[in-house]
Amino acid sequence: MKVPLSWLSEYASINKKTSVKEIEDAFVNVGFEVEGIEEQGADIKGPLVVGKVLSIEAVEGQKKPIRYVGLDCGEKKTRFVICGATNFNEGDLVVVALPGALLPGDFAIAARQTYGHTSDGMICSAKELGISEDHAGIIVLSEGKPGDDALTLLEARDTIFDIAINPDRGYALSIRGLAREIASSLGVAYKDPSDDVNAKKFAINKDGVQVSIDDPTGANVIYIRTLSGFDSSAQSPMWMRRRIEKCGMRSISLAVDITNYVMLELGQPLHAFDSAKIEGSLHIRRANKEKTFTTLDNVVRNVSDIDLVVADNKKALALAGTMGGLDSEVTEQTTGLAIEAARFEPLAVAKNSRRHKLSTEASRRLERAVDPVLSEIASARAADLLIELGRAEYVGSSTDGSIPKISSITLDPSFVSQLLGIEISPETIASKLEVVGCAVDKKADKKWSITPPSWRADLLTPADLTEEVARLVGYDQIPSTLPTGKSGATLNPLQLRRRSVGLLLADKGYSEVYNYPFVNQEMVDLLGFTGPRAASFKLANPMSDQAPLLRTHLLPGLLEAAKRNLSRGAKDVAIFEIGSVFRDVTKLSTPKILATSKRPSQSEIESVFATVPAQPLFVGAVVAGQLDRAGWWGKGRKFDWSDATTQALEIIEATGNTGKVVQSDLAPWHPGRCAEIQVNGKAVAHAGELHPRVLEALGLPARTCAFAVILSELPIQGNISAPQVITMPAATQDVSLFVGVDIAASDVQSALVAGAGDLLESIALFDRFVSPADGKVSLAFTLTFRAQDRTLTAEEVSTYREAAVAEAAKSCGAQVRA
Amino acid sequence: MTSTGDSLSADQIARAKIAAVDAIGKASSLDALKEVKIEHIGDRSELAKANQALGKMEPQDRAEFGKVIGQAKTIVAEAFDERQRVLEKERDAKVLIEERVDVSIAARRTPKGGLHPLTVLTNEICDLFLGLGYRVAEGPELEAEWLNFDVLNIPADHPARTMQDTFFIEPLDSHLVLRTHTSPVQARTMLTQDPPIYVICPGRTYRADELDATHTPVFSQVEGLVIDKGITMADLKGTLDYFARAVFGPDVKTRLRPSFFPFTEPSAEVDFYFNGRWIEWGGCGMVNPKVLVACGIDPDEYSGFAFGMGLERTLMVRHGITDMHDIVEGDIRFTQAFGTGVK
Repeated sequence: MKVPLSWLSEYASINKKTSVKEIEDAFVNVGFEVEGIEEQGADIKGPLVVGKVLSIEAVEGQKKPIRYVGLDCGEKKTRFVICGATNFNEGDLVVVALPGALLPGDFAIAARQTYGHTSDGMICSAKELGISEDHAGIIVLSEGKPGDDALTLLEARDTIFDIAINPDRGYALSIRGLAREIASSLGVAYKDPSDDVNAKKFAINKDGVQVSIDDPTGANVIYIRTLSGFDSSAQSPMWMRRRIEKCGMRSISLAVDITNYVMLELGQPLHAFDSAKIEGSLHIRRANKEKTFTTLDNVVRNVSDIDLVVADNKKALALAGTMGGLDSEVTEQTTGLAIEAARFEPLAVAKNSRRHKLSTEASRRLERAVDPVLSEIASARAADLLIELGRAEYVGSSTDGSIPKISSITLDPSFVSQLLGIEISPETIASKLEVVGCAVDKKADKKWSITPPSWRADLLTPADLTEEVARLVGYDQIPSTLPTGKSGATLNPLQLRRRSVGLLLADKGYSEVYNYPFVNQEMVDLLGFTGPRAASFKLANPMSDQAPLLRTHLLPGLLEAAKRNLSRGAKDVAIFEIGSVFRDVTKLSTPKILATSKRPSQSEIESVFATVPAQPLFVGAVVAGQLDRAGWWGKGRKFDWSDATTQALEIIEATGNTGKVVQSDLAPWHPGRCAEIQVNGKAVAHAGELHPRVLEALGLPARTCAFAVILSELPIQGNISAPQVITMPAATQDVSLFVGVDIAASDVQSALVAGAGDLLESIALFDRFVSPADGKVSLAFTLTFRAQDRTLTAEEVSTYREAAVAEAAKSCGAQVRA
Repeated sequence: MTSTGDSLSADQIARAKIAAVDAIGKASSLDALKEVKIEHIGDRSELAKANQALGKMEPQDRAEFGKVIGQAKTIVAEAFDERQRVLEKERDAKVLIEERVDVSIAARRTPKGGLHPLTVLTNEICDLFLGLGYRVAEGPELEAEWLNFDVLNIPADHPARTMQDTFFIEPLDSHLVLRTHTSPVQARTMLTQDPPIYVICPGRTYRADELDATHTPVFSQVEGLVIDKGITMADLKGTLDYFARAVFGPDVKTRLRPSFFPFTEPSAEVDFYFNGRWIEWGGCGMVNPKVLVACGIDPDEYSGFAFGMGLERTLMVRHGITDMHDIVEGDIRFTQAFGTGVK
């Protein structure tokens, strides 16, 4: 909220010597962030006077209207100036900057020759004075006399604080509230503006518009003040206009300005109805009779019995606490007024505002809970002003509902010190709470009874009171102590795994990225995702319709990131991401919104957990180009399907698991170059080269590779049993076999291992080629044997080799190469 | 002494020895030395012949001559070994000089990889708090609305709920949201564990803000939660001081300003003073007793504090990152610059 210092100072006795910085700090210290400070009019230098327009002579032959204007500026002679604005007539009062004046932006005013005349000053617009953005024309005053100091009349010089108000402090969206806060922070006297209002003089009677709260869940209390004979030609006085403008609102008409002014002053939103347009009495009810309602911004809104309205006997007239209706708006013809001030239920207004996406000055205050005492006072204040400034006559008042009773809080003053960790005396606690407006009854040492003031609906618990004491004592008084956990702590295995895998890949030359998890259906389709990977959650309110789905896999984001890097000139890209994916694959429990007044039962808590899908943790990578680079040492090597597969396998092995590689054809990988890696028979990773069509469609280089491993699927292994390190010499045997093209080398290897016996220490494929003659695949392995207790003889190991070959022949149809 | 047959006199042996030592000394290469060896040490050398002749000598002479020949052979052999050592050293030196390279051309054959700086910072913070006895708690990013809001004292339609532009999942009655903060992890911890609780909760969070130089709809937070007997706001302040000094340097100062969060009371914003100005760092406060009650913790027995910071903002300030785009776009040049955080 924007507040001018001049208005605050009327109710908080701020010393004139207090600097702007001190005031800013004082706001911040009690919890009001100052988002901006505007020194309005600081860069204006006089003379700036009121001038009366005596004559207007059009200067002919110009592209735009130019007028040569004679002015009475309270001087002996008529002053003449050239002016391009046309929104004034002879007899109007205007603001004239005389030669020697300096306007914002170092705009020096001097007598000058222009359009064939001497212009001896300038008639000013509000924008030229830097007091408003209004540049529609020059300022036409409704008061003052020629020669008056216009700077004073316009209250042009002021300091305006823009203050952020937290949602629990609705009362501070007013001069009344902020003056109280700054006064208590600075330790100066405060006067409550509501004390100046004598509401009782407007007696409740049967004259004027009557009101009833038909739905007690909609409002606690409402007041209607009816007035007649309002002079709709009456203008808002300059002081009122200027204050409204300084608070960041616009001056509209006297009736509307008065409601806004009182709202800014006291914090109670008011609504002015044209009483002639009200049929019968007013009712607070839900919109159960109407389907649509047109608000005064001329928007037709669908309404239902959720919406709270103010209605007459026939129809809704206002969306309660949010915005008035077009039909009952105050116009230039209005003479009868019904002023509404209500303490609507904050939740009802919040719903109105949220449902219709209408955040107004009124709804912002009412949804933060307005002081219920103010309905009576603020409506009376508005009636006073309408009578004084708009020559209206009082007709009558009506009210319904009552001010809710405020519950007192039992406070043990030692609780405050205990929670804050600083000793604060009971006297200080009591005095700070009284400054806030609480009534403190120290009936027992440990059981004070604290009654919060009517405007502090947020004060409900001892913790709330503690905050009030703390902020007035000063958070800077709280000391600094360091507690530590009572038992040791370590990362859990999955956290350690995540760290190790990141380091492993980073050390190999991969760069980590964090992609947004938002994708679109086109990408899902392009990548050929089916089954669980096509079961996306959809955002109800995505940032962009371009990406409304949550990722089911890391590849979409990685591919986009790879592309971005390549488009920025990278030749080779190796990136990885570790993150969660979201798949709508399990039947989730139907959620219930549980009460929070106590801990829900264990089964209720578990049912909440069961509404949330599992979100597996993946590591994924995309590599385009070389990871082994070319250089002065020779050629580089393009990262290929085999690198991707072994990298995925290495990650799995790093977790102490053993992966089995099997042929796969999962999209979006190349159907002939895709490995599935299984642990305990379960697929936990895919790796290989990506499908050429996918790469082409994404504009990525041919042969780009990728892998993905489900880190959270890999079993957590226990301690490793130590291997037996044998020191006897090893004996090696090579075997060369032919197999059919559809036989996997890994199957042949498994068969060899199975046949070779217990003394086989290791096996490695060292050659593979396809025979051009018969299309058979030649595989050559080295088998290494070792015995714990003896040196193996050539004869012995050759029998093992033959046994291995026999097993390969049996299970894979392998033949020994001649 | 008498000389018989083709046996040599002592004089001759001495001359042969001198000639051999002389030739060894003059050999200028290993090849030349090999020639010298054949001539002066080999089977047909003077000394070898003298040795062979020993067998034909009278036994009384044999001992005497044998001693003379043996001494001569030892001297020659020593001279040879010495010369060979010298020549081999010279040869080695020459070869190694020829094998000299320009070490300045050494280059990585694989690119430099790196962890994203968010990971580096997260690891650093987790380690810091592990040292204080905190566990690292994590939870789902797609979260139950009740855990993200209600249990944290943010009821439906409360204005505080609109402070956070929440991403909702279709259908709305699934009541799933992308968590707007990591606080639901705190709630899950309190709902499933008994105090004392000391946890740090890092993770990805979501709010519907447009991406610009300082905002991103997908960001990272780290939150801390302590619930124990006798925990005070001074404990909160001390923990934040410790945290800030570890992250920004030993001279950094913090300050608390009163603020509002539904899940803490009293609440505060924490700022730190860095490079000559106060910078907003995050929110914090004493856990609201309403939240403790909703999670089944007795507020008369336990109290606690919580704090939460944006990691992107922390990174930007600490490392002088001026544009959020660099953090979210995945440009490898950015990541590579941060390495793996090893110090």
